[in-house]
Amino acid sequence: MSADVEQLGLRVFPTPERTGTAATDTDARSGTASWGRRLWASTWPKLIAVGIALLVWQLLYASGWRPAYVLPSPKATFQELGQQLSTQRFWTALGITARRAIVGFALAVLVGTLLGLAVARSRVLRAGVGSLVTGLQTMPSIAWFPLALLVFGYTERAITFVVILGAAPSVANGIIAGVDHVPPSLLRVARTLGAHGFGLYRHVVIPAAMPTYVSGLKQGWAFAWRSLMAGELLVIIAHRPSLGVLLDFDRQNSDAAAMISIMIVILVIGMGVDVAFNAVDRGLRHRRGLIVES
Amino acid sequence: MTLVDLHRDDVRVDTRAPVLKVTGLTKRFGQGAAAVTAVEGLDLTVERGEFLTIVGASGCGKSTLLSIVAGLTPPTSGTVDVQATRAALMFQDATLMPWLTVAGNVDLALRLRGVPRAKRPERVKELLALVHLDGRQEQRPHELSGGMRQRVALARVLAQEADLVLMDEPFGALDAMTRDAMHDELERIWTEHGLTVLFVTHNVREAVRLGDRVVVLASGPGHVKAEMSVPLPRPRRIDSSEVATRAAALTDALREEVRQHVG
Repeated sequence: MSADVEQLGLRVFPTPERTGTAATDTDARSGTASWGRRLWASTWPKLIAVGIALLVWQLLYASGWRPAYVLPSPKATFQELGQQLSTQRFWTALGITARRAIVGFALAVLVGTLLGLAVARSRVLRAGVGSLVTGLQTMPSIAWFPLALLVFGYTERAITFVVILGAAPSVANGIIAGVDHVPPSLLRVARTLGAHGFGLYRHVVIPAAMPTYVSGLKQGWAFAWRSLMAGELLVIIAHRPSLGVLLDFDRQNSDAAAMISIMIVILVIGMGVDVAFNAVDRGLRHRRGLIVES
Repeated sequence: MTLVDLHRDDVRVDTRAPVLKVTGLTKRFGQGAAAVTAVEGLDLTVERGEFLTIVGASGCGKSTLLSIVAGLTPPTSGTVDVQATRAALMFQDATLMPWLTVAGNVDLALRLRGVPRAKRPERVKELLALVHLDGRQEQRPHELSGGMRQRVALARVLAQEADLVLMDEPFGALDAMTRDAMHDELERIWTEHGLTVLFVTHNVREAVRLGDRVVVLASGPGHVKAEMSVPLPRPRRIDSSEVATRAAALTDALREEVRQHVG
């Protein structure tokens, strides 16, 4: 046999020793060293953007366009912010606002998810409520406050009501879109594996819809936070300091530096939660091979 | 006219009867003047433990036939008698769940079949070893090559412990070398586990390489054009002269058919 092979002019070479396997390459890529580098890579553009914003602000201040008691310098504002952060009043207000945000968003997620699943499953509900959900999403949540105040008065419930109405449609739309776009091939395979009814949802439909659902949650959060800030400016409840109350209070006192420092806090919280959602989103997509590694 | 339910553990199966008996099967899509007949008056039998390959040019109703046998599409007329409690399907695309690991994908098949949690990890390991994917348990589908993904799909099919395995050009998207390796794997597993396989392909050599019997489908609308039994010993090689000779004979039978289709 080997003589025949040699006659054909075939030569077989031994396999060379391998220095690294594909598996260790993957480990190295997700190692801690490159994790720090990735963090830096995503941080420095943000730092530059913040720097430019501060520079524009400083130039505007230096140009004397508006007097300092209306438009304070960045330096004075950040000093005021530091001052605020050391007061009990600020932290009480932040605590109340955070609690409202968490409770309101959690309820909105609950309502939105149940509504979304119901609409995605039922043809009748989809025809009846489907476009209404999208319609609600386009309605500015501040327009709900007159009704909320009539129904609930100046209470926590009025604020929570509007936060839910603001955020739930986005969450519902997220899950509806997610369920609608589950690849039919996966559903076909799932059925041949014996999945049906609740099991099909639990093992295939919900996991497949997850990235779109998370996008919906992210958008829902943005609406919840906006609705909450509008609510805190409109629905001022006695002895319940909040970020909105502080903002309004500082405006009435014409304390521009304090007012802007609260605005910075509001912006930072909104962005912080958004970053957290993005991290979850990236994680989901990365595991599914939907992100090209650069 | 019956619509096959794939998961009827309660059904009593006649183990002496053929696993699959299709009689006078017709499938029309659409209605009235726009109706297209994909399959007409098709008869087919698959014996228990048999490896039957169906070969035909595109548009001959191969996939339609498989889809009807799997119960995913109802037939227009004719009978489909499946003497099997469970049928498993494998497609050209592995269609693994992208959010699950390799092990998770096989595990899901066991779980949906009702295998208790305690027994599953051991079984997953066995199945992955069977398709030579040990050490890849924790990888995600997108980290695997096309051939490896089909191995996972094969492990998932085995996890279903189906008494009828339906394959729709499962290796059609693989390169020739990987496909040859997958043929060896499938043949080995089929021999060791006594599976019954209905394998659809447009590759004549592949059909002869794998099948105990090869059925040639002709199109317009789909019907059985020829049949060949392949009593060659196993394991076989796709490049052996015995396979080549039979494949050439089948290709000749098909040639006229393809010409009509193109012309």
